[in-house]
Amino acid sequence: MQITMLSRQVNLRMPSSRALAPYLGLLVLLLLWELITRLKIYPEFIIPPPRAVFDTFVQTLLDGRLWTHTVTTVGQMGIGLFLGLVAGVALGYLIAKNHMLEQMLSPIIVAIQSTPVVAYAPLLVIWFGTGPTSKIVTCMLTVFFPMLTNTVVGIRSVPPSLRDLMHSLRATRWQMFTRLEVPAAMPILLGGLKLSATLSVIGVVVGEFVSANAGLGYLVKLARDSYNTPLVMVAVLMLALIARLMYGAVALLEHRLLAWQSRSRRQNSL
Amino acid sequence: MTASLAVRGVTAVYTAPNGGSLPALGPVTFTTAPSEFITLVGPSGCGKSTLLRLLAGLQVPTKGSILLDGKPVTEPSPRVAIMFQDANLMPWRTIIDNVALPLELAGISRDERNRTAQALLPQLGLEEFAPAYPGELSGGMAQRVALGRVLIQRPDVLLLDEPFGALDALTREQVSADLMSLWTQERQTVMMVTHDINEAVWLSDRVLVMSRRPGQIIADIAVPLPRPRVLAVTYSEEFGHIAQRVRANIERA
Ligand SMILES: Nc1ncnc2c1ncn2[C@@H]1O[C@H](COP(=O)(O)OP(=O)(O)O)[C@@H](O)[C@H]1O
Ligand SMILES: [Mg+2]
Repeated sequence: MQITMLSRQVNLRMPSSRALAPYLGLLVLLLLWELITRLKIYPEFIIPPPRAVFDTFVQTLLDGRLWTHTVTTVGQMGIGLFLGLVAGVALGYLIAKNHMLEQMLSPIIVAIQSTPVVAYAPLLVIWFGTGPTSKIVTCMLTVFFPMLTNTVVGIRSVPPSLRDLMHSLRATRWQMFTRLEVPAAMPILLGGLKLSATLSVIGVVVGEFVSANAGLGYLVKLARDSYNTPLVMVAVLMLALIARLMYGAVALLEHRLLAWQSRSRRQNSL
Repeated sequence: MTASLAVRGVTAVYTAPNGGSLPALGPVTFTTAPSEFITLVGPSGCGKSTLLRLLAGLQVPTKGSILLDGKPVTEPSPRVAIMFQDANLMPWRTIIDNVALPLELAGISRDERNRTAQALLPQLGLEEFAPAYPGELSGGMAQRVALGRVLIQRPDVLLLDEPFGALDALTREQVSADLMSLWTQERQTVMMVTHDINEAVWLSDRVLVMSRRPGQIIADIAVPLPRPRVLAVTYSEEFGHIAQRVRANIERA
């Protein structure tokens, strides 16, 4: 009790220290990295100094390579994410509404879902070629399953009493969907979207690892094969950045769409 | 703009969890006069909510028929509005949007439904709450919002399922007095379920007492007290007699 009060006081007095904390952590990590390379504990091709990574970053940025590969990856990811979301929500909705369909499909879904994409990605390359399509498909599949599951759970979570209410008001099927099911399932749908958005990066990279001639995953592989460790790191950091931005975008969406939740909670906790 | 209901030999049978049949209600037969305020009392589980759901057209009787002004009720009608046992609000909608939901579903423009809802809020003591969310409201306030959502439909028949069941005694008295004054303006036909005998007698023209499941009507008690009724009427001798008759019938249910 006293500890929470104390920490609350500290937070009130110094709100900026909290905002700065993550950057401080990053700085410590950078310093540690610099230290390790200065002490020459590992050879440079295993852990290159920060400076080398930074130089490679600037160089690939200036010669346009980083940009081209990033655009390729992000483009494939965008398409895969979009298609996976649409397919996952659509099938999830049908399954939630139709027990027969659920019993028919759930064994197949569970089987595919529990197999890692990495395992069958080569198969997808054989089927869809070495071009962008196979990456879009791997991304789509990674996104599809969490979205499907969350849609089923979300739609099933709609309170029957609210369904009765909508029926008593003679709501059409479409009104039932837009005014009740979508908003009621929204917290769970957004949970699925958060997971899907971050996984979508992994999905594309898996495809690019198997076989590709462009994209950040391809760049990682290419750089590793030539022992260009700084370039590997640049590409990996870029992927991390993309994943973080995707997460941030969904969090922002969540903040806007679920504003009612935080307002309700605040009141109830008083 | 008023309606009469005729309930003829209505029964409702559910499927029990073990697969057998579970007779929940009836047979029940009664008719209501236009603008009548009827309360329904009876042991819990005797089929009161089921009866209201049947009247609302949310489910169809296993046997018998329900007529609204002579026409069979088989699906929800715009002339009939039901208020459920709990407030049943949409937590993601503001108070005004919850109240205006029926108009929105009926395709009425945003401007017009906001105007109508805004005009209704003061009568329910909700005017400052228009932009709030249900999660920010007390139980009594939430129940008023649910009442507003029913009244905005301007129904000819009002079905209220234990509308004040979850409220404390004082709030309950206040809200039922508000309901009484709103009803006095509109004079809809009302069927209301309650567990409170005094509340039943004070509000209604008729009290129907139901037996244990499957519920049948075992008493139909008229309340000839003059209107408007003040709360003090509950201390009168006549009121006491009627309440006593209701209580005696519940005891033999
Ligand atoms: N959908 C349902 N399926 C099966 N049994 C039900 C269902 N709804 C209600 N019942 C049962 O029917 C009986 C009457 O229920 P209800 O109408 O809710 O009673 P009341 O409102 O008087 O308490 C109860 O025994 C209840 O368990
Ligand atoms: Mg009930």
